[in-house]
Amino acid sequence: MSQSSAPTAPLSPGLSPAVEVPAIPLGRLAPWALFSGLLCSLVLFFVSTDQGAVSVFSGTALHEFVHDGRHLLGYPCH
Amino acid sequence: MSPATTRMTPRAFLVSGLLVGLLAGCAAFLVATWAGEPAVEAAVAREGGHDHAAGTPEHTHEPTAGDGAEEEVVSRSTQRTWGLLTGSVAVGVALGGLLALGAAAAVGRLGPLRPGPTAALVAGAGFVSVALVPFLKYPALPPGVGSAETIGSRTALYFTFVAVSVAAAVLAVLVARRLLPTQGGYAAVLVGTALYLLVVVVAAVLLPGPASAGDVPADLLWSFRRGSLLTLLALWGVLVLGLAGAVDRLGRQESALRARRELAASL
Repeated sequence: MSQSSAPTAPLSPGLSPAVEVPAIPLGRLAPWALFSGLLCSLVLFFVSTDQGAVSVFSGTALHEFVHDGRHLLGYPCH
Repeated sequence: MSPATTRMTPRAFLVSGLLVGLLAGCAAFLVATWAGEPAVEAAVAREGGHDHAAGTPEHTHEPTAGDGAEEEVVSRSTQRTWGLLTGSVAVGVALGGLLALGAAAAVGRLGPLRPGPTAALVAGAGFVSVALVPFLKYPALPPGVGSAETIGSRTALYFTFVAVSVAAAVLAVLVARRLLPTQGGYAAVLVGTALYLLVVVVAAVLLPGPASAGDVPADLLWSFRRGSLLTLLALWGVLVLGLAGAVDRLGRQESALRARRELAASL
């Protein structure tokens, strides 16, 4: 690639210079992926599903509070 | 290389993703308010005037029906403002975090693709596999349509299809990545795309169809689904563009850092 020395060139394509695109070692990513991934999935579950098909918290307050978002974001809802 | 000397850290990706997700959630809220809420209001009003909302015990959990004002758990005005904002932002932040972790794993591993385009590819594949394709098979239903007896099966089918779709997308990227060195970019992308389509089409044919929208007027159903689709487009559009921009910035900072270090080493 001739543009190798110009990462800020306005017309640089989406391809990297022949040298390097640094990758994050998967071992270092794993703990972040595990904890944050779990936390984000839990948030998604509570907005999309809880107090619908399955309930972690009993009642309907959470379901009713995020009701419009649940419908408009395309999740199945009552 | 010690963590202090690189910008390509899981933490930097995650923080970027969460911030982009916050923006995406706000964008989704604005578009949902403008394009989706009129249809939701109309559907709720219709549900209230409808006989099925009054009698069935499983619908006592749906007190937004107009005739049950005194048993409302959350008022309509809260649902369409703070509730919608909370739901949109929570989903935006959560998706932003997950996509950022996906981008962090993909950067530097997809052939010669640079960090920005890599993040765009991850988020774009997320949009297609998590939002667009599931919407085509199981489109969103307005309030007052789905019955409480089928919420279990509808939820199970929806998330089964999402899981198949995401797994197919990951598989397609891995296959394309493997083909890239020997077959070139065009063939790799073609085979990956074909593989994804094959899996989701077979799954869509095998899985049962979507729930009936009942007797909802076609224009109301269309305007609700258009609003829903626009909301998803706003959410994912900001996620794709924002994540691409943020990761591109990290990549540039990393390049500058390396260039400086090489220069220092050469002196």
